[in-house]
Amino acid sequence: MDFFQVFIELAQSTVRLSTPLILAALAGLFTERAGVFDIGLEGKMLGAAFAAGCVAYISQSVMMGLFAAVLVSVLLSLVHGYASITQRGSQIVSGVAINFVVAGSTVILGEAWFRQGGRTPALTEDGRFGRITLPFADAVREVPILGPLYSGLLSGHSPLTYLAFLMVPASWWILYRTRFGLRLRAVGENPGAVDTAGISVIWLRYRAVICCGILCGIAGAYLSLAANAGFTKGMTAGKGYIALAALIFAKWRPKNILFACLLFGFLDAFAIRYQGYAFPLIGRVPVQFMQALPYILTVILLAGFIGKAIPPKAGGVPYVKER
Amino acid sequence: MSVPHAKLPGWAEYGLIPLVNLAVAFLISGLVVLIVGESPLEAAYHMINGAFGRGEYIGFTLYYTTTFIFTGLAVAVAFHCGLFNIGGEGQAYIGGIGVALACLSFDHTLPWYLVFPIAILGAAFFGALWALIPGWLLARRGSHIVITTIMFNFIAASLMNYLLNKVFKPLGSMSLETRTFDAGGQLPKLDWLMSIFGLSVGTAPFNISFLLALLAAFGVWVLIWRTRLGYEMRTMGHSPAAARYAGIKEAKIIVITMMISGGLAGMMALNPIMGEQFRMQLDFVQGAGFVGIAVALMGRSHPAGIIPAALLFGMLYQGGAEISFEMPSISRDMIVIIQGLVILFAGALEHMFRPAITRLVLGLSPKTRNVAATKGA
Repeated sequence: MDFFQVFIELAQSTVRLSTPLILAALAGLFTERAGVFDIGLEGKMLGAAFAAGCVAYISQSVMMGLFAAVLVSVLLSLVHGYASITQRGSQIVSGVAINFVVAGSTVILGEAWFRQGGRTPALTEDGRFGRITLPFADAVREVPILGPLYSGLLSGHSPLTYLAFLMVPASWWILYRTRFGLRLRAVGENPGAVDTAGISVIWLRYRAVICCGILCGIAGAYLSLAANAGFTKGMTAGKGYIALAALIFAKWRPKNILFACLLFGFLDAFAIRYQGYAFPLIGRVPVQFMQALPYILTVILLAGFIGKAIPPKAGGVPYVKER
Repeated sequence: MSVPHAKLPGWAEYGLIPLVNLAVAFLISGLVVLIVGESPLEAAYHMINGAFGRGEYIGFTLYYTTTFIFTGLAVAVAFHCGLFNIGGEGQAYIGGIGVALACLSFDHTLPWYLVFPIAILGAAFFGALWALIPGWLLARRGSHIVITTIMFNFIAASLMNYLLNKVFKPLGSMSLETRTFDAGGQLPKLDWLMSIFGLSVGTAPFNISFLLALLAAFGVWVLIWRTRLGYEMRTMGHSPAAARYAGIKEAKIIVITMMISGGLAGMMALNPIMGEQFRMQLDFVQGAGFVGIAVALMGRSHPAGIIPAALLFGMLYQGGAEISFEMPSISRDMIVIIQGLVILFAGALEHMFRPAITRLVLGLSPKTRNVAATKGA
């Protein structure tokens, strides 16, 4: 197989694998920029994927599935918000709790409702997101270089993938070009100043948490409605944590998130494709090393060996109005 | 908290509030059981019967308790220093290397009572090593301890997968585990302890590492409340700024605390590896490191609270296994839900019921009401 063909295939699976990461990392971006740390991305995605799988199967409608996913994810976000914003509990502890509750309840409920070992029944074409073929994709396939790039890489993804990539500039625009975004970022840096300006810190943070829920819901729906045909037990498999790692790796900036997620998606795609392949000079790279690489990179980055990742200043601290 | 809560009497602070939080967590778990279409009361019966109904069941309950005492203590020690060590899972997993190395090297030649101390040191060493790196990265480079320890959990999983595959697996074996240890690598069961109470341990792997866990709990109490190091740790946890003014070396305390925490988590590996399976298997930790978070939160980071909290989770694990046997629609994942709810209500929402309870408790006793009235004015 020639080099170019391999490149196209790797790039395409990179795009597929990084879609949920981009959505989840952007979700994290919204809450963390508002000063609410969220290690519950994993749980929210999993809960959303489950809701999407169940509802899409029962209603045979992919949009209902997506809606259910977003609803469940937003509800979980509100639990996190209630614990960490209203009750001023530890944000980390609350995130951990949500991950566990979801991990357990998706299996219990899935088994009770469908009795298929914790999975939801396989979805038919109606219950899933199909692939969008861009116009002329078949016609230009034969054009050298650009043809395969267009029809192999750009075309033929699920609508949620296109949505995820569109959400990157959209998030940038919301965060950096709207009044809401400015306030949201301010509340993560200096909530006292925002409060002084007469804007409710609590309500702003709640809105940020809801944004996070919506995006996490879409990420979860992508897993069970687009990448797979239904929900399987523990299907997020640490993607929420990888997204969290990507968010930090990207230093909490939308554009960097795109590249960080593509990088981590590529590592995944590469590891799957070259499992047990002996490279010249290096030899055989253990699969386990490739799997651990995103985490290792994040640790190195966090330690400030590749630039410095500075989190939002007020992150992790509940806001207390001083009287 | 800028709004100080009225001071509660000790029994309410350390008894009533945790119990109320726990009760709410169980009520919601009961709702999940109802949704699944089973009776919560029947589930509760099977759980309690499954955990304490027979000597063998009690043995299993205490076996799990042992594991959770270690991981709970690990989380608690870090809590006292203001650190959230979420990496107990990975530290326990890596701690297994120390146990496996000790057993694989000496199990033919030495009796268990000589291998055991070596394995303890090995487990603590490797666990501490895996916590040392995040600790050092926090102390020197300012990395967020929660994120680093989460990442180290995943790195540990990959590393152990690799090691079991390439190093520990005997030639020609298909399953990812070490060879079974000889007599030297097998801890004796505590049947004599059970027989004092007229119970038989049966097939339960209740072993001598339980005593080690109790000893560790005592050790942690001495460390935190009776030594200079513990005092410095608590100072750091309470107010890093005050600790700095007092001349406490922040970096040193962070690294030492993380190593103690990791060492305790690592010692958890003794229980399943030397006490139950007599070999190191893939994924032998099975989430015990995370249970430690719930245990430490429930037990208010005090050994006297951690031991009953660990017993509670031991009961949930063993009783949960029995429930899934009797009521197939409630698998052991039910425990994960309960665990999550306990973390939520005893941890993140610990203050939710406090105002109501404060009103109730202070309203009941006239003496404290007067104090509260003068203070609250």
